[in-house]
Amino acid sequence: MAGLLDKRRSKREDAETPTSSMADIAFLLLIFFLVTTTINVDTGIGMTLPPQLEQEEPPPVQERNLLRVLVNASGEVLIDDNMSSVNQIREEVKTHVLNYGENADYSDSPSDAVISLKTDAQTPYRIYIDVLDEIQMAYREIYNSIARSGNLPSGESVLDETYESYEAYRESLEPEDDDLVRESFPRNISIAEPDSGN
Amino acid sequence: MASERFQKRSSDTSPGITTASLPDIIFMLLIFFMVTTVLRETEIQVRTELPDAEALTKIDQKRLISNVYIGPVIRGPREGETAVQIDDALIEESSAIRTIMYNQLQEEPRLIVSLRVDRESEMQVVNEVQQELREAGTLRINYSSNPAVDQ
Repeated sequence: MAGLLDKRRSKREDAETPTSSMADIAFLLLIFFLVTTTINVDTGIGMTLPPQLEQEEPPPVQERNLLRVLVNASGEVLIDDNMSSVNQIREEVKTHVLNYGENADYSDSPSDAVISLKTDAQTPYRIYIDVLDEIQMAYREIYNSIARSGNLPSGESVLDETYESYEAYRESLEPEDDDLVRESFPRNISIAEPDSGN
Repeated sequence: MASERFQKRSSDTSPGITTASLPDIIFMLLIFFMVTTVLRETEIQVRTELPDAEALTKIDQKRLISNVYIGPVIRGPREGETAVQIDDALIEESSAIRTIMYNQLQEEPRLIVSLRVDRESEMQVVNEVQQELREAGTLRINYSSNPAVDQ
């Protein structure tokens, strides 16, 4: 009788290897892969190209409303025929855009102001992006202040609420909503064709 | 004696829920996700070291993006020469861009062309591509760049 019991007990002991922890291991692997897989979001400077003109001439722009930024192949910057540097572009663009007709050298109003960016054929893309980035940042800073106060620099009210930054305002928009900041304060950046550089 | 044996047996046969098949289910999930995650769709034949910029915007809708790569060719007979790549192929003649982009625009009217240009490329090439994009009518572009490191 005792022998029979012993036999049974020994059979029960080597019945199964514990597999319950396998689930945890697999879960850990699953979570590890989920966390480490980055779905990379494309970031960049968004621009809209001008449509192809048929025979029409581009609309004339008054000289005072135009801020000409020229960049040559070695990264030297010329703003309205004055030697300048990349770091000065941001301030220069802001004074130009926010002039409201005060200074005769700068723009009449923000919606009239045009920033024209022209490069040499040999200008490296890196420098072009640096300059374009400075121009965009000038506008971004203006947009940020509009989003924070809800008012245009001229004092006109555009937004019902105030936001921490322009980005925060953009994120609060539904896809079908219009960007009121952008609409009331247009950004006119013109990319001129580069010179052949001869 | 007989009743003792009966009791013992009944206590033995109360089973827990078998968890042995759980790892299999989870492994299946894991393998499913690993297989369906596409890491890179196209083999890039040109070097595109992107420039840094501050005024960045994110494009969430990946479906709308069409990539154009511009940079020096990495290997092959044309090594070092600046070339344009769309999808899998290098573009031989820049006027081909027009057709490719026009066709893509017909399929997706909200198309955004993401220009992934090497930092050292010359503006001449970039501008040539931009003229072609204007011809095709794909006016929404994006100069793909990396976020600048804060000074």
